[in-house]
Amino acid sequence: MMAELPKEGGQSRTRAGLAGYFRAVMAVADKDVRTELRAKEVLGTMAAFSVLAAVIFGLAFDLRVPRTELVVPGILWVIILFSGVLGLHRSFGSETDRGTLTGLLLAPVERSALYLGKTAANLLYFLIVEALLVPALLILFDVNLLKPLILLGLLLGTIGYVAVGTLFAALTARNRARETLLPVLLLPVLAPLFISGVGLTAAVLDGRATSEAWPWIGIIALYDVLVFAVAFLIVDLIWEQG
Amino acid sequence: MTKPSLPLIRCDNVQKRHGHRHILRDVTFSVAAGEVLALLGANGSGKTTLLRIVAGLDRPDRGEVWLGPVLLSDAGNEIRRYVGVVAHAPLLYDRLTGLENLGFYARLYDLEDAGARIAHLLRSLRLWGRRDDAVRTYSRGMSQRLAIARALLHDPPVVIFDEPDTGLDRHSLEELSDLFTQLRGRGRAVLVTTHDTARAFSWADRVCELRSGCLQQIAGSKRNG
Repeated sequence: MMAELPKEGGQSRTRAGLAGYFRAVMAVADKDVRTELRAKEVLGTMAAFSVLAAVIFGLAFDLRVPRTELVVPGILWVIILFSGVLGLHRSFGSETDRGTLTGLLLAPVERSALYLGKTAANLLYFLIVEALLVPALLILFDVNLLKPLILLGLLLGTIGYVAVGTLFAALTARNRARETLLPVLLLPVLAPLFISGVGLTAAVLDGRATSEAWPWIGIIALYDVLVFAVAFLIVDLIWEQG
Repeated sequence: MTKPSLPLIRCDNVQKRHGHRHILRDVTFSVAAGEVLALLGANGSGKTTLLRIVAGLDRPDRGEVWLGPVLLSDAGNEIRRYVGVVAHAPLLYDRLTGLENLGFYARLYDLEDAGARIAHLLRSLRLWGRRDDAVRTYSRGMSQRLAIARALLHDPPVVIFDEPDTGLDRHSLEELSDLFTQLRGRGRAVLVTTHDTARAFSWADRVCELRSGCLQQIAGSKRNG
């Protein structure tokens, strides 16, 4: 035990345990969202890019595609992929730029709590962007993506993307070239997720049997589980100094 | 003045290299409860590296760091609760208010009495009137005071200051000097780096100098006679 400390000035008591862990997660997520609402560094950029990309794709495919259902699954997931990359590098990058990452690392919390808090904030940004993107695709392509299986796949796929993206953002945060390094590292790892997402969306839009869609959901869910397992195994090592 | 007693910081033969360059060579020192130790040294002498190692942000290549009876390399996350750091950067979010910044760190440290503690610190550091203003509107001195409040929020027994005098006016420097006196009186172990020899001697009970990674000189300051 540490030396007994004087109580003068109000020696602060603390709470610990699992509840304390999740309070730290929520503290990080809440701080990130609050900061983002004022700085508008990430969400505005991601949302603007998504809608503009949808418009550009709309113009590009409008005259040549017999059925827009053929291209919308790819368009949906490609836009999510690229808009996500725009925002993810700021997740830990902004902490590095401001010097506040040290403040986080000095706190007596598990590194995984910092990671989960960042992941939760990023997930919220992604879901807001997708809430704009899906209606935009409906207007531009006349394709209704508001179907339960597509929305479930979108949610699970987004969780997987954000989980791996936040992990890679942490890995590259101290690298000066993180903005270019992040997508180069991320895209190969995300391939299984996006292939499954496109497959699922296409299966549902084509009106194929539900049994054809569920395996895609299963792959995406398995991907999510694996990503979180790997993240929890390595997140402590990311900030280890030699 | 409180007599130095139990070492709360102890570094034994700490070595650190970056590539082939020795940053720290067999650095050995201790800081007792109620003692202020000042580290002098030129830029690149290894002061900040040493502070980062004591704060648990960096690992020595060789040697041991003890915080009280706890060996830092074997300690879990909870040991960080025993250390407060005033770093070069204020470690504050400039879009958040002073109150929100301290509130965030209080949540990270999971403090039960956070509201009262934050109010106490903001009042004692003369920031209460600006508590709802964004930190980016603060002056350098105010940011530094808030950074001190952040470091002392969890009332740690070990407090580390990395060149806290940089950019401060005379009044703020006097307040900083008073703060060291208060921390000493409350039994905290304080490790502070500075470039200013006169300040080091006025603040500290002992003064060391890092030169080429070696702790070259250890002397009692005028404070001790």
